[in-house]
Amino acid sequence: MKNYRLKPPQIIISAFLILLIGLSYILHMDLVVLMNESMVKLVMNGVLVLSLIPMLNVGAGMNFGLPVGIIGGLVGMCLAVNFRMTGFYGFFMAILFTLMICTLLGWIYGLILNRVKGREEIAGIFIGFSFIPLMNYFWTLAPFQNREMLYPIGGQGLRPKISLENYFNHILDNYGLISIGNIEIPVGLIVIFAIICLFLYLYFRTKIGRATIAVGENEAFAKLSGINISQTRLIAIIISTIIAGFGICIYAQSYGFIQLYDEPLSMAFPAVSAILIGGSTGKKTFIFEAILGTYLLQSMYLLSVPIANEILVPELTEILRTFITYGIILYALLVRERRGIYS
Amino acid sequence: MRIKEEASRLLDSEYMVPAIFIILSYFAWQFSGLTGSFVFNQVVTRFIRDGILVLSLIIPVVAGMGLNFAITVGAMAIQTALLIVIAYQVEGIKGILLAIIIGVLLSLVLGYVIGRILNRVKGKEMITTIIIGFLFNSIYQLIFLVGFGTFIPVANKEIILTRGIGVRNTVDLGMYRNTIDKLGLFKIGELEIPLFMIIIVLLFAAIIFYILHTRFGQEVKAVGSNMQTSEILGINTDMIRIKVMILSTILAAFGQLAYLQNIGMFDVYTAHMNADIISCAALLAGGASIKKARIRHALMGIFLFHTLFIVSPQAGQNLFNNAALGEYFRSFVAYGTIALALIINIKNENKFS
Repeated sequence: MKNYRLKPPQIIISAFLILLIGLSYILHMDLVVLMNESMVKLVMNGVLVLSLIPMLNVGAGMNFGLPVGIIGGLVGMCLAVNFRMTGFYGFFMAILFTLMICTLLGWIYGLILNRVKGREEIAGIFIGFSFIPLMNYFWTLAPFQNREMLYPIGGQGLRPKISLENYFNHILDNYGLISIGNIEIPVGLIVIFAIICLFLYLYFRTKIGRATIAVGENEAFAKLSGINISQTRLIAIIISTIIAGFGICIYAQSYGFIQLYDEPLSMAFPAVSAILIGGSTGKKTFIFEAILGTYLLQSMYLLSVPIANEILVPELTEILRTFITYGIILYALLVRERRGIYS
Repeated sequence: MRIKEEASRLLDSEYMVPAIFIILSYFAWQFSGLTGSFVFNQVVTRFIRDGILVLSLIIPVVAGMGLNFAITVGAMAIQTALLIVIAYQVEGIKGILLAIIIGVLLSLVLGYVIGRILNRVKGKEMITTIIIGFLFNSIYQLIFLVGFGTFIPVANKEIILTRGIGVRNTVDLGMYRNTIDKLGLFKIGELEIPLFMIIIVLLFAAIIFYILHTRFGQEVKAVGSNMQTSEILGINTDMIRIKVMILSTILAAFGQLAYLQNIGMFDVYTAHMNADIISCAALLAGGASIKKARIRHALMGIFLFHTLFIVSPQAGQNLFNNAALGEYFRSFVAYGTIALALIINIKNENKFS
């Protein structure tokens, strides 16, 4: 953290954010409500962004194969809903199922990525993309019993959007919610987020965590000091996958729905761009950078929706969103290569 | 040990993937219950629709830049040109010619930009082209969904949404539809063979064959096999790579034009979306890899890939009583082919280095 300095993308995003805040002030929007929402959005998306860190630090690049972990989380939640587990118990069980499934998926994913060392990003994109249609078979054919999850009439299999209304909708959002005037602080949500951050922080303090960073910084040197490269990479990838699974559980309980089928297809790119805005260069990344990037990006999204509606072109938000997402990733690719950080 | 070696040799051979596709398509066709002539006609239609797009991928592969997912940019260039021509109501053959000129010029500029970008990310071209494709897609949407009707005045009110801003989702290409498909249409029984368009596709194949055998083509091959050596030999590798991207983008623009005029309707915001994935998968289905691609791989790949593409929804319908399952199978085949090719290629690369 010593050599931290602002980078062009952060400056641009921050300037844009200030512009949006100014605009929303002129348009008489309720900034307090937006502030409250921005806290929820931070945690909602933040865990998915945090999940990228172990893979970045082990030198496996940006995890464009995020859908793998997300799908693990979706299966975990579907299982919990299928057995009609409600409330905290339901959410806890969903997390537990996710943990088991993501460990398995992450292990397989890690084995594949170990074979394509150095080109994990492009391979990850297509592993994620091809895993999604494969899982569509599972959503359609798996023998789920709960009527609330299935297509009401006609269709076969799970419906694309499963409501969590009767299960664990907003379970963390509403837990320990403190209101001071209009300002609401979702303590439960923030505590969970802090726990995951703390876990990552402690992980990188352990022996295996230090080995992870060593592999990421200089693989040849790490090998000479007797670190088992493949195993270290495998563990980092499994942890990444598990946290991604938790991330989608937290996302879904905030959002109120489990989104299946092609929904995870485009979820990797916003997460990656968030961590890049935070200042990561696709190599060693700090937890702080993930949090900062997510907060900036999500607040900007949040502000741009009502403003775009105000100026009569609602599609503008979505277009700007994709433009910023991909623009940032492209910028990061260009800068990283020029500095020759990657061989 | 011998068995393992044999197995890996079999897996590496360029006939492996086509063989899998032939077997899969055959079974899917049997289950689909579609007549042979229907499938044949459909595949021929796809051949003339997607042929040039698939061919446009070959030169970047030869230049060692991997699969060029940014052919969507070329597709968007020609779509932009078409929309401009329609917006200012230039009709008939004059309109098509104008669209081609604008499209080629745009592709030239965009191809140059892509080439410059890719020269800065050597070794990571593929992921960069994917991101470039997505980025240009949002710029394209910005221009036509927000820009048209606000900053850019449009004479033809028919293509604009009722709110006065943005182009409609579908634009009719009525005045250009099937203008050249119907030329030289042969009929043998139930089989329809649009001879003229097939010749056009083969002509493009011949052009690429010729380019690869000129002096420029030799330099492209040299750059593809070893960049350092060719730099020492006095080849301007960066310039060659830029030229390769320009060529690929222009070819993609022509490919998308063939595609659109065959369909006759024009989904402004989605027509180009999967052009890259489907074309790349088709090329790989023909036995190409991310290091090696020949014209026969492209031509054979289109037939193999699209046969499977056409029969699988119906096969899904008949096998599981659910057409959606066939659709999923299609996307799985498209993405899975690329994923598998990448994993096998990169693994071999790592083994040798």
